[in-house]
Amino acid sequence: MSDLPWYNRGLFSSLNLRQKTLLTIALTGLLLLVIFISGMMINANLPTDFSIKMQPPSFEHIFGTDWMGRDMFIRTIKGLSLSIMIGIGASIISSIIATILAFVASINKFCDSFVSWLIDLFASIPHILLIMMISIALGKGAFGVIMAVAFSHWVNLTRVLRAEVLQINTSEYVALSKRFGKSKLWIAKEHILPLVLSQIFVGTLLVFPHAIMHESSVTFLGFGLSPHEPAIGIILSESMTYLAMGAWWLAFFPGLALLIVVLLFDIIGDNLKRLFDPSQANN
Amino acid sequence: MVKINNKKLAKFLGYKAIRLLILLIVIAAISFIMVQLSPIDPVKAYLGQRIVSQEQLAIMGEYWGTNLSLGERVFGWLSTLASGSMGFSLIYRVPVTEVIVQKFTASFTLMAVSWVISAVVGFGLGVLAGAKEGTWVDKAIKTYCYILQSTPTFWIGLVLLMVFSVYLGWFPIGLSVPIGQLSDTVTFWQWLYRLILPAITLSIVGIASLTMYTRDKLINVKRSDYFLFAQARGESFWGTIKNHGIRNILLPAITIQFMSFNELFGGTILVEQVFAYPGIGQATVAAGLRSDVPLLLGIVIVSTIFVFVGNLIADMVYEYVDPRLKGEDDE
Amino acid sequence: MGKLLEVNNLSISFTQYVQGLNRHDTKVISDLTIDVGEGEIVAVLGSSGSGKSLLAHSILGILPYNSHVTGEIKYKGNILDQELKEKIRGKEICLIPQSVNFLDPLMKVSEQAIGECKDEKERDEKKVRQREIFSKYGLDESVDDLYPFELSGGMARKVLLSTALVGNPDLLIADEPTPGLDAKSVKETIDDIRNLKEQGKGVLLITHEIDVALKTADRIAIFYSGYVIEINNVDNFKNADNVLHPYTKALINSLPRNGFNLTEGVQPLEDLPGCPYWENCPIRLDKCKDNKPELVNHDGIMIRCFNFKGDNDGA
Repeated sequence: MSDLPWYNRGLFSSLNLRQKTLLTIALTGLLLLVIFISGMMINANLPTDFSIKMQPPSFEHIFGTDWMGRDMFIRTIKGLSLSIMIGIGASIISSIIATILAFVASINKFCDSFVSWLIDLFASIPHILLIMMISIALGKGAFGVIMAVAFSHWVNLTRVLRAEVLQINTSEYVALSKRFGKSKLWIAKEHILPLVLSQIFVGTLLVFPHAIMHESSVTFLGFGLSPHEPAIGIILSESMTYLAMGAWWLAFFPGLALLIVVLLFDIIGDNLKRLFDPSQANN
Repeated sequence: MVKINNKKLAKFLGYKAIRLLILLIVIAAISFIMVQLSPIDPVKAYLGQRIVSQEQLAIMGEYWGTNLSLGERVFGWLSTLASGSMGFSLIYRVPVTEVIVQKFTASFTLMAVSWVISAVVGFGLGVLAGAKEGTWVDKAIKTYCYILQSTPTFWIGLVLLMVFSVYLGWFPIGLSVPIGQLSDTVTFWQWLYRLILPAITLSIVGIASLTMYTRDKLINVKRSDYFLFAQARGESFWGTIKNHGIRNILLPAITIQFMSFNELFGGTILVEQVFAYPGIGQATVAAGLRSDVPLLLGIVIVSTIFVFVGNLIADMVYEYVDPRLKGEDDE
Repeated sequence: MGKLLEVNNLSISFTQYVQGLNRHDTKVISDLTIDVGEGEIVAVLGSSGSGKSLLAHSILGILPYNSHVTGEIKYKGNILDQELKEKIRGKEICLIPQSVNFLDPLMKVSEQAIGECKDEKERDEKKVRQREIFSKYGLDESVDDLYPFELSGGMARKVLLSTALVGNPDLLIADEPTPGLDAKSVKETIDDIRNLKEQGKGVLLITHEIDVALKTADRIAIFYSGYVIEINNVDNFKNADNVLHPYTKALINSLPRNGFNLTEGVQPLEDLPGCPYWENCPIRLDKCKDNKPELVNHDGIMIRCFNFKGDNDGA
């Protein structure tokens, strides 16, 4: 096996692929949990100290301080936990939407073409614009942004689930159940849901990184969380003001931290996908 | 070489035109409803912290149409649309069409340049990684793409701005037009100079997804029977990559690149915001933040057409360039 | 008669990952020994999907990277390593693939037959030769510009054969050249392959159709569950009494003209510790269960069975 991703090589080469994958998932999950919990425990109203404002990174303040003397590391962690929370909310809601639509599509031909049309419709508006519009319609803020991200990210998972449900529906045991007079709902619950559950799970995790990225993007543009929230998007849009003064740490570290969190979620999603669907690992 | 069956093309385009029309009607309606549902008061959003008298407030309410009932607003909007215009932009105080044409032209250059860069570089890197599958070259490219796909566009812009404008001082910080100069007196070089950083930022994001797609496709081709047979016929490795690999992945890659107009437009909004590039992205943000409903709806419609055209070209590339599908015309 | 190709103790296995990412090794070809002389047709006969094609792929050096190969292959007495394979494939050794899927769907067939050329001069020379061979097999100039999907079944077969012959090889490997063809095309294919033998070329014919093997080959190697269990002259296959291995006997008895006595049992998928045919064998011995017989030369017949002693065993 020479085709493992970089994070699966080197250090743990004595382990087999299964062990490595499980270890990666566990470690990454733990790291995210630590970030999330420590962020939750931080009080949103950070102490301000104007005597130490705009300090570049040092041992005391590893990410530097902002224009009010707040520690950027603490602000970043707080922002990340907020991002993770919004990401969790948005991806769960979008998976629920995707699941419902995939099952609706399986009812009959009309419903199927309606869902396909809906997919086309949502895929034809630029993503960010759609999120902006939904967020505006719901009055922005955390609620607006969660719903906006959720309602714009169900498309891919619905496509996957719809195809999967279609395939199961044409299988022999479903045909047998139909002949025995089982209702469609019964078949959906007993035959289809258990089979697509792992895909819903992996799908939810794969939406996660996109959700976090899009949340920070719309917040950065001013359509997401309010400027009073300690979100990464707010921190970065604030940093624009001080960029010309050379306060690079205001933008660099929070963005990098966000990138790492997104990457970690990506890694978990990919590894889980490989665990459930090994055809990729064979390549 | 490409034989186009005119009758079939006309039928195809007609079908697509009807689809687009339905799509636009639905999207315009949904967008209108969404904006009307919004609890955000456009007058307050426009004023921000400023304090004005009751009289001024009433005048502004009239200007923004907040004093009208929902029915009146729907009717007003429909009658404007029916007259063939998209109405007046509230913040730019000119017809929406004018704003969009002007802003879109500026953005179009930005998008076109970065689209071409990401197509060439993305395809090249993808072929290289796919051909060298499993080597350190492949791993380096894959890692690069993996990280880029997890990076918010606007942060890449911020980092480039910090390095090249603030630290190295090679490029100006923001503003597409030098201060104190009218936009039509800007020389081509001044304009190109200011285009470089935003275009690079925007292309970086497109590169990652095209590279990964091209790489996967090439690896699939490498595992195909015809690729094996080509090797068994004694063709050299790079010969097979060129003759059979690229031949078979070029079309899907072009298709994918045309289908990326959606992400391209989204990226433009963010990049223009970071670099203060006065294009459609900035206009979108301004219209959204200051509740310029006519302009926002106009942008939604135009961007939908933009994305639709990309997908249409992708469809046509498949229908009319692939010899396998061409053969079906004759039957 | 010089040996063109000698394959000694070739084993091929694959590493795969199954659900939950558990590693799984599959052995496809085990301890395969076979040889092909000049002007000789040797058939490898085994059921479809049993991995016979990988023999062809390994001779040409086009196995996938997750395969593991042991044993040796010699071509004209020289060890055929990857370097030599890449040098002579398409020139001295050519493959006749099984279907039109082995042609690039987006490239005209004549271009594929000509292949890669260093310069225009080489291209012109090859073009002449390609035209010559195509005409010999009744493919007129209009075929040159067709794409693979435009070929009819019979045409495709001829194109594949001609493509292999443009390089003027000494050894041809025909991988399942007949499935899906009608009786007339099958007969033509058999004649074409017999004709190659007349030209002094060696042919390794890989097939699952016993009829084709009987009508074409000089010698037939029986491939069972990854092992070659018997290599015998084609004349001996006329009568079940003249072949040695119980599976071969059963195979001959199952032919329509011999009364269709289909053998019972299936080929084991897993590599057993003993003889692969142990479970279904009517003449099995006690030691067959846990010991693997070697392929030995018994009166000029290669046989893998404890019931037959090799000539060199000194018994």
